[in-house]
Amino acid sequence: MRPILMKGHERPLTFLKYNRDGDLLFSCAKDHNPTVWFADNGERLGTYRGHNGAVWSCDISRDSSTLITGSADQTAKLWDVKTGTPLFTFNFDSPARSVDFAVGDQIAVITTDPFMGLTSAIHIKHIARDPDDRMAETGESVLILKGPQGRINRAVWGPLNRTIISAGEDTVIRIWDSETGKLLKESDKEDGHKKPITSLSKSADGSHFLTGSLDKSAKLWDTRSLKLIKTYVTERPVNAVTMSPLLDHVVLGGGQDASAVTTTDHRAGKFEAKFYDKILTEEIGGVKGHFGPINALAFNPDGRSFASGGEDGYVRLHHFDPDYFNIKL
Amino acid sequence: MADVMSMEDIRATAARLNVDLSSLDLDSIRLPAGEDFGVISDDEDLKKDESLEFEEGFGNIIVVDNLPVVPKEKFEKLEGVVRKIYSQIGVIKEDGLWMPVDPDTQKTLGYCFIEYNTPQEAELAKEKTNGYKLDRSHIFAVNMFDDIEKFMKVPEEWAPPETKPYTPGENLQKWLTDEKARDQFVIRAGSDTEVLWNDARQSKPELVYTRTYWTESFVQWSPMGTYLATVHRQGAQVWGGATTFSRLMRYAHPQVKLIDFSPGERFLVTYSSHEPSNPRDTHRVVINIFDVRTGKVMRDFKGSADEFAIGGTGGVSGVSWPVFRWSGGKDDKYFARIGKNVVSVYETETFALIDKKSIKVENVIDFSWSPTDPILALFVPELGGGNQPARVSLVQIPSKEELRQKNLFSVSDCKMYWQSNGDYLAVKVDRYTKTKKSTYTGFELFRIKERDIPIEVLELENKNDKIIAFAWEPKGHRFAVIHGDNPRPDVSFYSMRSGTNTGRVSKLTTLKGKQANALFWSPAGRFIILAGLKGLNGQLEFYNVDELETMAQGEHFMATDVEWDPTGRYVVTAVTSVHEMENGFNVWSFNGKLLYRILKDHFFQVILVRPRPPSFLSPEKEEEIAKNLKKYSKKYEAEDQDVSMLLSEQDREKRRMLKEEWERWIGEWKRLHEEEKLERQKLRDGEASDEEEEYEAKEVEIEELLDVSEEVISFD
Repeated sequence: MRPILMKGHERPLTFLKYNRDGDLLFSCAKDHNPTVWFADNGERLGTYRGHNGAVWSCDISRDSSTLITGSADQTAKLWDVKTGTPLFTFNFDSPARSVDFAVGDQIAVITTDPFMGLTSAIHIKHIARDPDDRMAETGESVLILKGPQGRINRAVWGPLNRTIISAGEDTVIRIWDSETGKLLKESDKEDGHKKPITSLSKSADGSHFLTGSLDKSAKLWDTRSLKLIKTYVTERPVNAVTMSPLLDHVVLGGGQDASAVTTTDHRAGKFEAKFYDKILTEEIGGVKGHFGPINALAFNPDGRSFASGGEDGYVRLHHFDPDYFNIKL
Repeated sequence: MADVMSMEDIRATAARLNVDLSSLDLDSIRLPAGEDFGVISDDEDLKKDESLEFEEGFGNIIVVDNLPVVPKEKFEKLEGVVRKIYSQIGVIKEDGLWMPVDPDTQKTLGYCFIEYNTPQEAELAKEKTNGYKLDRSHIFAVNMFDDIEKFMKVPEEWAPPETKPYTPGENLQKWLTDEKARDQFVIRAGSDTEVLWNDARQSKPELVYTRTYWTESFVQWSPMGTYLATVHRQGAQVWGGATTFSRLMRYAHPQVKLIDFSPGERFLVTYSSHEPSNPRDTHRVVINIFDVRTGKVMRDFKGSADEFAIGGTGGVSGVSWPVFRWSGGKDDKYFARIGKNVVSVYETETFALIDKKSIKVENVIDFSWSPTDPILALFVPELGGGNQPARVSLVQIPSKEELRQKNLFSVSDCKMYWQSNGDYLAVKVDRYTKTKKSTYTGFELFRIKERDIPIEVLELENKNDKIIAFAWEPKGHRFAVIHGDNPRPDVSFYSMRSGTNTGRVSKLTTLKGKQANALFWSPAGRFIILAGLKGLNGQLEFYNVDELETMAQGEHFMATDVEWDPTGRYVVTAVTSVHEMENGFNVWSFNGKLLYRILKDHFFQVILVRPRPPSFLSPEKEEEIAKNLKKYSKKYEAEDQDVSMLLSEQDREKRRMLKEEWERWIGEWKRLHEEEKLERQKLRDGEASDEEEEYEAKEVEIEELLDVSEEVISFD
């Protein structure tokens, strides 16, 4: 089907997230306003105003009532999805990069960038169940993890909220104990990425996850053992990855560095969302359209559509044709 | 070095041991042979530093012999003359000129020593003045001081050289006997150089040999593929062998920059240029010609860069490579270079000029050899403001007889293209229009093999078209021209034979508006690739000239290079590291089917397909094979089928394995997921966990009444 072009942001996209029902799509961009869209027809529902910096990522609670966003204005905010009113603000001393709700939505993990002499850190925050209690909260971190060099581009919860998986500029994937803060595992130097990891995406059941890196590859890992399962090789730096919840497909997005775009032919950029067979690691096809690198990708939980967000400021919503579901390799 | 004992220590030790030092002659103490107590002797130290000593030795001193023997009165005068000669070449050191005098007769001894500031100057002086005629009876003999020692070492009596027992060498052409008749190619990516088989059946290359830091600048196959030459700071090397690549020979030539094989692989020409260290010196070049098999220097040429600049007066700066061009054919009989108003032709038996002199051609600026015969084509531009016409002439070697000459008027530039069999020569002539403001192009076509070498003039239909590329069909009678304006020029094909009349050139067809800027004929003829490289992003069109139809179109985005394999079966297109991205290569079949592609970062060198020596089959035999191709091809087709069956079998097997492995993973995860189900539920405060939440979708119809109005419609 023809993709739906959603123009709501004025600056490059940074993150996309569907809610669990797959009817809402949340987008974050370097402009200050996270936006919510109808995932079906791409109609804009509204924006969340309050941040004063680029918004790097978001997450939505299981019941689609609460949205959390992390921003370069050194805050992470909780929002009421329906009304768009900010519920609570976590203040940090450096930009917040990645946010992720745990199972049960009572805790969240937030990463902060290295900034003005501060090192990067992973914060675990408690989130009160009752909106009324939130006003009374202090926003104190339950636990702060430090250690990785450079930016931590993504930190997500492992199975049963017992672990936290982090990945970032130092190319190492780490699994931490979320209770004690102990470092449990590090990815193998040989197997691991050679350049900064830009993105990390969990499978629907959380059993495995996919990382994308500037070393022009994406790798599939076992969540529990941190064992490398597959490697997908492409021709361009990978900025965003996602996995189909329905079929054994992975999607990689990226492209030539934005600074080189104007000096080369548009085809040199390879701003395509590339589909690979998850098991055979072979390329199936690509979806073109963006005229800048792809920064964000998300699959609808029903596996019948996906969205891509680019440096060009557009979100493209793709509903698959019936042919897609019959691809045979 | 071991700790040095001072004299104090020795005295102290002597006192302790009750030895009277004064009664002891230290020099008489001799250590047993081979024992040094761990103390390295000073002499040994010296040996180690020998190379160092060489550097600061007498390399900058020359010995000039055969000077006149003069009495004391004339000493000053002679010294003045010698100083004058040698200070022209370089700066003689203060007190650097020493002419010894016989103490008995007070006469000079007929030789002198001159010390320069640098060894380079000394070397130059040696070259320039060795053989210098001061007068009839005094011809200078100049040598490096360092060499004197070498000459002294020459034994007085001649000893017969040892005859080494014959050791059979490896079969250097083993690669030709490959069962699958594959071709090899070499690539350079990163620090590795790899030689690979092009295994088109398996759709992937197979590694033959790889080596890290195999070469310091580039690699090159010899023209018949026997050797692979690598280039290093110290010189060049050639590699080859039956199964792997082992070093066959080294050719010492410091700072070598360029190399060139003779077409018959008998000789290797190496070139280096040495930037002057001070601006007054000239830019010097050194060229050596080696015998490939023995590694012996057959002849060396040294001089300033200007002397080797092709085109002499043409104002071309630097040296255009190759300086020496080899005559065609396998015998490597002649080679030639162009100089100011001369073309020097050497022959390889003696490595001397033919008839001991160069061919004098006023203002010659370009020449080329026929690829098969000892015929030179020379080009002389217009002179005297158009009073003397430009000229292309064909000269037979070694007789130096002019076979044919053609005068051309108002010529701005001229380029010569030989057909690979030496049957035809096309001369592309750019002429000025009447206003002299622009130029147009025509071709002069020489039929070399016919009596009296008839010449035909070919002009394009649109005379103002620019010629972008020209190429002869190898071994054939056709040629292709790209003409017109970028970005969509036309491509025309011509034949030197027309249907009935074999003596006329005729146009076959013109393809309009092609995105092409380069032509690549298949080495077997008949097929050609029209390629749009560089600016045109790698458009490829595979064209069959027999049928005059396009077989396929392709694109290798950003492609920089195209190369056929020597049999004309496959084509390689590559993106080398001139581009940052997409580095790698594609392999196509001759009819434009993409067989496989390989991506390599830092892909430095164009793929070089290993050339093959010419076939031994006679043309009749080849024709017979072509006729009965079906009979021969059966066997190969069967083999192809087997391979593809095997491949798909292997592929299926591999996929099955992968799937099974994946299933195992999934099973394990499912189990774990199931085990954790309850705990997850607890985390969610007992909310029916996971996706198991059951709900059913009901279709609800809602009707909303917006407005009701009544209208009376009249029936007129």
